Amino acid sequence: MSMPNNPDNYGLRLVTRYVVLTVIAIIFAFPLVFMIMSSLKPDQQLLADTSSLKAFLPVGDISFQNYENAFSRVPVGLFVFNSMLVTSVTVVLSLFVCSLSGFSFAYLKWRGRDLLFSIILATFIIPFETIAIPMLLITSKLPWIGLDGFSIGWLNTYRVQIVPFIADGLTIFLFVQYFKDLPVELIEAARVEGTTWWQIYRLIVIPLSGPVLATAAILKFLVMYNQYLWPMIVVQQEEYRPVMVGLQYFFQTFTKGGIAWGEIMAYLSMITVPVLAFYLYIQRAFIASVAATGVKG
Amino acid sequence: MSRIKIFSLVNVLMLSLFFTKAASCQTELTMWWHAAGEPAQMALVQELVDEFNASQSEWKVVTTAFPQIAYNDAVVAAGLAGTLPDIIDIDGPILPNWAWAGYIQPLDIDESLIANYLPGPKGVWDGKLYGIGMWDAAIALVTRQSYLEELELRTPTLEEPWDAKEFQQALDAAKNSGKFDYALDLGMAWTGEWYPYAFSPFLQSFGGDIVNRSNYQTAEGALNGEEALAFGEWWQNLFTGGYAQAMQDSADRDIGFTTGKYAFTWNGNWAALGILEAYDDTIFLPAPDLGYGSKIGAASWQLSISSTSKHPDGANAFINFALQPHNLARFSEGTGLIPATAVAAELTNNYRAGGSMEVFFELSDSQGMLRPVTPGYPVMAKVFEKALADIANGADVADTLDAAVDEINANIQQNKGYGHK
Repeated sequence: MSMPNNPDNYGLRLVTRYVVLTVIAIIFAFPLVFMIMSSLKPDQQLLADTSSLKAFLPVGDISFQNYENAFSRVPVGLFVFNSMLVTSVTVVLSLFVCSLSGFSFAYLKWRGRDLLFSIILATFIIPFETIAIPMLLITSKLPWIGLDGFSIGWLNTYRVQIVPFIADGLTIFLFVQYFKDLPVELIEAARVEGTTWWQIYRLIVIPLSGPVLATAAILKFLVMYNQYLWPMIVVQQEEYRPVMVGLQYFFQTFTKGGIAWGEIMAYLSMITVPVLAFYLYIQRAFIASVAATGVKG
Repeated sequence: MSRIKIFSLVNVLMLSLFFTKAASCQTELTMWWHAAGEPAQMALVQELVDEFNASQSEWKVVTTAFPQIAYNDAVVAAGLAGTLPDIIDIDGPILPNWAWAGYIQPLDIDESLIANYLPGPKGVWDGKLYGIGMWDAAIALVTRQSYLEELELRTPTLEEPWDAKEFQQALDAAKNSGKFDYALDLGMAWTGEWYPYAFSPFLQSFGGDIVNRSNYQTAEGALNGEEALAFGEWWQNLFTGGYAQAMQDSADRDIGFTTGKYAFTWNGNWAALGILEAYDDTIFLPAPDLGYGSKIGAASWQLSISSTSKHPDGANAFINFALQPHNLARFSEGTGLIPATAVAAELTNNYRAGGSMEVFFELSDSQGMLRPVTPGYPVMAKVFEKALADIANGADVADTLDAAVDEINANIQQNKGYGHK
């Protein structure tokens, strides 16, 4: 690191930078603080506090009653388990399938490769809502052989929430772009040594792909954890519902006293924990990937 | 172990097996309900189901609950996928659409059970009964007796509601008193079905409507005629005149009236118990008569049978069981909703003669008006909502209503008139 020309000026700039960043951090933390503080207050107080700074402070009638009520209204544990299961399985399978696909597009030469890649890129512009109904009709007629024998229809299962989302254009695109930027000499040298494509993928490319794996994992995690429309139409039994469908349990018209905002905040606080934990766990790799993407070209 | 004991043990085992077998011989009926997340209502549903299952040996109802917001989409998706349950509960105004789409079939109900029903809970399409509700919901103009006295306003009655002029005087008095932030809380924080349910009765009281109900083939004249334009100007003036907010946050809707922010609130009977707890001089006033009589929305959730049910006889048996007066009363007591018959109302604390919410039964009976009974209603409702929101926010009344008429008419034509004869 080179020394600054003017240490005093450097110090001032440093302080200014920290002040600005701290203010920005506080602004970004406000919604989270509001959510957690509100989850501890009764509805009347919560709504009354929204017009003042009290909304961000643990003042007044503080308790965990909203958490207790949320558990009695919604099977929180079951829904979080379902979401975590569906999300984690999808993320793992997606990283494997999409990285393989990206590897193929980046390094292998085969007929129709560029055309197929263009088609995959084109899927970016198709909103999920437009294909939800055809997907519903297809999955409701798909066969399955499981422990309980042969059956038709995937509705009301975990697999109907997982399989359609394993491969997607954005994740494949991320891998292709990242793989293309890896030193091609490594691949060529390995090929000269007689290494198979599978060995190159497994022993050379993947160990160098930590940042893109982290980025793809976070993006897929967020998409899957926030799934609402698809599980709402393909899951009719409560035992398979995810957290976002569970959120709708709190918006009932005939609830005495109106919508239970405190319970909603308590529920949101609980279901936000896994997302934050996952992000904090791999944030370094994520930032590294984004930073690397930013200096390319 | 003695021989007698062994014999007794075998007997007990045999009997257990017999009863287990008998119980499992019940044919399963699946039922979907819209109130997941509402423990009080779901407990009542389960109680009803348990009683029905125990009352006979042929059928066993199994319930699956859905959150209300997601319910209609889930049913439509299941209709497409062919996985509808036997019994579906259904929101009244949507019923013609689902009947027309072939999702539900006509009911076979004991006529004596529904002879004296409120008009709202009967779901009729094409001359056939497709749905029947255990309750209705009603809206009233809620205020406090002390406010009326302070503002020197007459207390309107069912027989003699406020007319348009008196209603305007009431709003002016509340506004000019300086005591309230706004004279009237219309519930603008709520969206979706609230708009046609709560606000189209004002339009109908002006003499207009969302669609021409003589044949349901056009909205021309009904939604953009002279009466509808008068309604539109009146509606816009509520906001531009400072009587109500066009944009309202949920907090104001939930606690605005009970914290003294509004003089009047336009709200449903489901909110009545909470308001009564806040003010012991709460009174529920009939809708103002804006020229063509006082009107409020009618029809709430109803029971129906899917067209794909393999056991409509069992589903009908359950619905007939559910319609008994003591069941209607039990649901009303547990949820605060209006029981569907006067006999059931007399079995409740809130709606019997002299009960704190008796007026809602009378309101529902005398002022309740169904939303347009047509398969095109879901589209009309969305168009109506957008038009009213636009007008509230300052859009030109005539242009907005004309555009709404065009959109509704185009939809009717696209669907070849929705099968009206």
